[in-house]
Amino acid sequence: MGMNKKKVPRLIWKFPISFRDIEKAGEVANKIKKRFQNLGMKPEIVRRVSIICFEGEMNLVLFAEKGGLIRVEVFPDRIDIFFEDEGPGIKDINLALTPGYSTAPEWAVEMGFGAGMGLYNIKKNSDFFEIFSEVDKKTMVHSRIFLTKCKDGSPRRSNLNES
Amino acid sequence: MNLKELVENLGIKLLNPGVNLERDISDAYVCDLLSNVIANAPEGSIWITVQRHSNIIAVAVLKSLAGIILTQGIVPGKETLDKAIEEKIPIFSTPDNSFRIAGKIYQMLLNK
Repeated sequence: MGMNKKKVPRLIWKFPISFRDIEKAGEVANKIKKRFQNLGMKPEIVRRVSIICFEGEMNLVLFAEKGGLIRVEVFPDRIDIFFEDEGPGIKDINLALTPGYSTAPEWAVEMGFGAGMGLYNIKKNSDFFEIFSEVDKKTMVHSRIFLTKCKDGSPRRSNLNES
Repeated sequence: MNLKELVENLGIKLLNPGVNLERDISDAYVCDLLSNVIANAPEGSIWITVQRHSNIIAVAVLKSLAGIILTQGIVPGKETLDKAIEEKIPIFSTPDNSFRIAGKIYQMLLNK
C-alpha cells in the first residue's frame, strides 16, 4: 500500500528467429506453447498464444532479413508478445492485415505458407493488437492477451474487431 | 474410433511405426494451407494433406492433432520423418487423393 509500484513481468522469454530457416519454423511456437501449458494456463489461452506465436514466427522466418526476435512477457493479469525484426517493413499495413493478402515468395506459397492470414490471425486472437513499421527498416508487432476479465465478467478486449 | 481402426479399415500405411495408435480420432481436417490448419483444425482431428515438408509436424504438435495422412502416395523426406518420430506424431501415406480418403473417414466417423 502507499507505494505505487510499477508492474513488472513475472517472466520474460526471448527467442531469436533465423531468416529463411524454414526447417525450424514452428519450433519456437511449440516451445512457447509447452511453457504455457507447464504454467498451468487455461487451454483456451494456450490455444490463442500458440496461433499468435506460430504466425508471428512464420512472418519472421519469411521476412526478417537480419533475423528477428520473439519476446514473451507474462504478467499476473496479461501476456504480451512482441515480434520484432529489421527487414523490408510493411508498405501498407491495412492491406497487410487484409485476409488473403500476401507478399510471401512463391516457394513459400507452394509449401502452404503465405496464405495471407498471418497478421489477421494474430489480430483475431489478441485482446489488444498494434503494429509499427518503417519501410526498409523494421517491423514491430505487439499482441496482448488479458488473463483477467472486466468487473462485469466480460472479456477485456480493446480491439473488438471484425470477428 | 482410434487410429488403429483407421489403419485396419483403410489400408493407410504408417510411416513411423512404434507410435501410439490407440488415440481416439474425433474429427478430420483437409487443407494444404498451414495458416488455415493452425486457425481452424479441431484438436484431436486427423489432418489430410499433400504437404510433406517438416513444418507439418510443428503444425500437428501445435494443434495437438491425432496424426497426418499424406495423400496421392506422397512420402515425406527424412527430415519430416525424423521430426514425426521425435514428436510422436503418427504419419501415414495413402494412394487415395484427399477427397477420397476424407470421404472414407467421414463415413467411418458417421457409423461410430
